[in-house]
Amino acid sequence: MSPMFHDVWIPLSRSPAFGIALTLIGYQLGCRLQRCLRGNPLCNPVLIAIGSIIAVLLLTGTDYRTYFETASWIHFLLGPATVALAIPLYKNIGEIRRAALAIGAAVGAGAFAASGSAMAIAWSLGASPTVIRSIAAKSVTTPIAMGVSAQIGGIPELTAVLVVVTGVFGSLCAPEIAAVLGVRCWRARGLAAGVAGHGIATARMLCLNETAGAFSGLAMGLCGLLTAVCLPVIFHFLHLDAW
Amino acid sequence: MVASLTAIVVFEVIGDLIQKLAGLPIPGPVIGMALLLAALILRGRLSDELDRAATGILFYLPMLFVPAGVGVMAHVDLIRTEWPALALGIVGSSILAVAVTALTMCTIERAWQAIRETRRHAAPAPATKVSHEPDVP
Repeated sequence: MSPMFHDVWIPLSRSPAFGIALTLIGYQLGCRLQRCLRGNPLCNPVLIAIGSIIAVLLLTGTDYRTYFETASWIHFLLGPATVALAIPLYKNIGEIRRAALAIGAAVGAGAFAASGSAMAIAWSLGASPTVIRSIAAKSVTTPIAMGVSAQIGGIPELTAVLVVVTGVFGSLCAPEIAAVLGVRCWRARGLAAGVAGHGIATARMLCLNETAGAFSGLAMGLCGLLTAVCLPVIFHFLHLDAW
Repeated sequence: MVASLTAIVVFEVIGDLIQKLAGLPIPGPVIGMALLLAALILRGRLSDELDRAATGILFYLPMLFVPAGVGVMAHVDLIRTEWPALALGIVGSSILAVAVTALTMCTIERAWQAIRETRRHAAPAPATKVSHEPDVP
């Protein structure tokens, strides 16, 4: 690479605005592309942003850590955004109270199915124990998943990626599967999307219908809570963490 | 707007504090969400300002997952060797999770509704009888 590139790019990639700018530009690009394709769900802004940022980093020989150091400002906002999910929940509190039993049973069954089947499929296809432990928590929101993964002996960074891929896939497939199964009520659709695709699916459901978004956020919270509490305990008692 | 953002961040800090002090395996922001919901229920109303601030943040929720997702490039080798297990694991478990959750929710809700219907038919409320009386000669 030319010395000019070194003189300009290396200090630039360490500037505090670098990761933030790259993330914003990548996401903007994703949103524009999706609008051009008339909201085609396959053309997901998150995936486009991730792909284009990776391309830029690889082309310029910048490593992930350099990018994340500055992009962590955006990553940090996941915290306040999680807290803000209390607002759509509060707006739908009446409906949630009325269906509390059904919600509890559905989220419990869904969380168990998501985690158990992911591990079973990975195991049957010969994945290594580390990968199986990393995939166990992939259906819950990033901060919970990374913490749980570290606790049960997975790789938190790999889990973070699996979480994002799961979220994108979950938000794509949830409305379609619900339609195929003949599930028409927005509460069940939202709940299913939240269990399968946590915050990314919640974001998509919020665009489709506010009740679905609230139920998706609720499912994401409950599923996260359940996974955070149960998974480490189950792993401990089945001695899977020492496997 | 600033007051609402402050409230949201303060609830996150309180959640983090509780998580650290109690050594809970649940992340601070999730505890913060539960506390904010409890506070709203106790207060009994939601200010327009907090509603607007939360809607504003949640509008950008998908973007906040991008920095973590780019981390896929740091695990290229692992993914290259184990991608079939990872891909099928994600696809299969997501489809199953959606189906199980949606069907459980619908089945229980329908069962509840059926129970309520049969109760209403088995023991009709006196009010309905009264309303039908004028039709009977």
